[in-house]
Amino acid sequence: MEDKIAAHVRDIPRSGIRDFFEIVQSMHDVISLGIGEPDFVTPWHIREAALFSLEKGRTGYTSNLGLPKLREAVAGYVSRQFHVDYHAPSEVLVSVGVSEAIDIALRALINPGDEVLFHEPCYVSYGPSITLAHGKAVSIPVHGKDNFQLRADEMAKRITPKTKVLLLNFPTNPTGATMPREALEPIAALCQKHDLIVLSDEIYAELTYDGAEHVSIAALPGMRDRTVFLHGLSKGWAMTGFRIGYACAPAPLIEAMMKIHQYAILCAPTMTQYAAIEALEHGDAAVAHMREKYELRRNYIVSALNEMGIPCPTPRGAFYVFADIRSTGLNSREFSLRLLEEHKVAVVPGTAFGADGEGFVRCSYATSLEQIKIALQRMAVFVAGLKH
Amino acid sequence: METLLRLLQQDSNTSREDLARQLSLPVGEVNSRIAALEKEGVIRGYQAIVDCERLDKNTVTAFIEVRITPERGGGFDRIAHRIAKFDQVVSCYLISGGYDLLVVVQGGSLREVASFVSEKLSTIESVISTATHFRLKTYKENGALFTSDVPEDRLPVSP
Repeated sequence: MEDKIAAHVRDIPRSGIRDFFEIVQSMHDVISLGIGEPDFVTPWHIREAALFSLEKGRTGYTSNLGLPKLREAVAGYVSRQFHVDYHAPSEVLVSVGVSEAIDIALRALINPGDEVLFHEPCYVSYGPSITLAHGKAVSIPVHGKDNFQLRADEMAKRITPKTKVLLLNFPTNPTGATMPREALEPIAALCQKHDLIVLSDEIYAELTYDGAEHVSIAALPGMRDRTVFLHGLSKGWAMTGFRIGYACAPAPLIEAMMKIHQYAILCAPTMTQYAAIEALEHGDAAVAHMREKYELRRNYIVSALNEMGIPCPTPRGAFYVFADIRSTGLNSREFSLRLLEEHKVAVVPGTAFGADGEGFVRCSYATSLEQIKIALQRMAVFVAGLKH
Repeated sequence: METLLRLLQQDSNTSREDLARQLSLPVGEVNSRIAALEKEGVIRGYQAIVDCERLDKNTVTAFIEVRITPERGGGFDRIAHRIAKFDQVVSCYLISGGYDLLVVVQGGSLREVASFVSEKLSTIESVISTATHFRLKTYKENGALFTSDVPEDRLPVSP
């Protein structure tokens, strides 16, 4: 059967995170700092809105683009929070998680062989999604010394006449990096100079700390009309299982994405679209509450890692710490496997997020402080043993 | 509200070292802030939240609505203090609406609480009437849910 599989699918390597998942799943009593989703249950008022929509019998399809009221809520929220205005009826599409929105945006834009730039280490799906859209994935390395921010000079080196799209993700999974306005400006200038479209996955936008303001590249002068703003409710509102994401972009692009979406998906689930309206209109306090919890845990984990001799600058976004484990003399995979087997703590090797993640491990703090404390105590014992 | 205070309200048992790490503060600073909050009377005490239903010996809790005649000069304060001083009274609030004081009373049995109401509370001169409601079940107390609906079924590793 192998020979029947399409070549571009067959050639996609197995996800590194999947390998690791299977090892962890076979063990007992593991404390996992490897989880990429909130530990909070969706706030009750949002769950209740989903129940209410079921009670009312709202169980049919919605418009392909999503419930008009939800698109209004999205446009209102994006305007209030990110200072970019979109016309709800024609410039907003509700998707099944932000992952689907990325996929259809890439498919709507890419001709075979077009090049798509993305920064690495990054979320596991970007490279494969580009490949599946018949694009050429071109990674730009980002480095710990730059706080994992994307540098314009590194980007400029990789722009060719075939470059069409830049895929951004700030705050970043797995590094927790954020891009302040002054770091985004030279990136935006390059996009304008080379006429690039930006896909900006801002799924962690609500989770920034130390009072850092999240700036969307779409809000920079001249960028709105060349950006697909991608967001969703999974992370900030703890709604991963609801599968609601959205894209905001100029109408012709949304129209093109809608063509794919309507044939592949038809529409996002109706009851969770109702829940999403409630989340966007009345969820600010719940989001702020969770953000505070994450920030306190981040402070804890950063201070504990530094105390055990794992250098770790304080990341300002998402819920991950990308810890530099090079001083232990182990590579990412050895470190993660031994920590798991000898001390029953799961972290994700940085290499799961691209070759440039070598020397790092991703620790998620989307886990209770009690669990984080025990995990870090075990990790400290492990690291002390390595350094003797 | 100050984050430190919120953390202590959630769990006053959290060690000073853990508080310091979460707040990115030196332990000494945390100690002195807590000492100041205690001195100012912002922090009134530290207690355990007990699920009485899990004890063999059941505790009876009653919520008593009390109507009283306010006094010239003192309003409700003198009489409210007088009621609050009884050991059986765990909480006592002045309330707006159809009655004046909400008094929470705990005792070892229905009879014990009933006799407190009839012998101590109702006999106070300015008390006009009382209505006693007994607690049947606790769902949440001081922010602690007594029934958990949090399933731990997340994938152990996810991207």
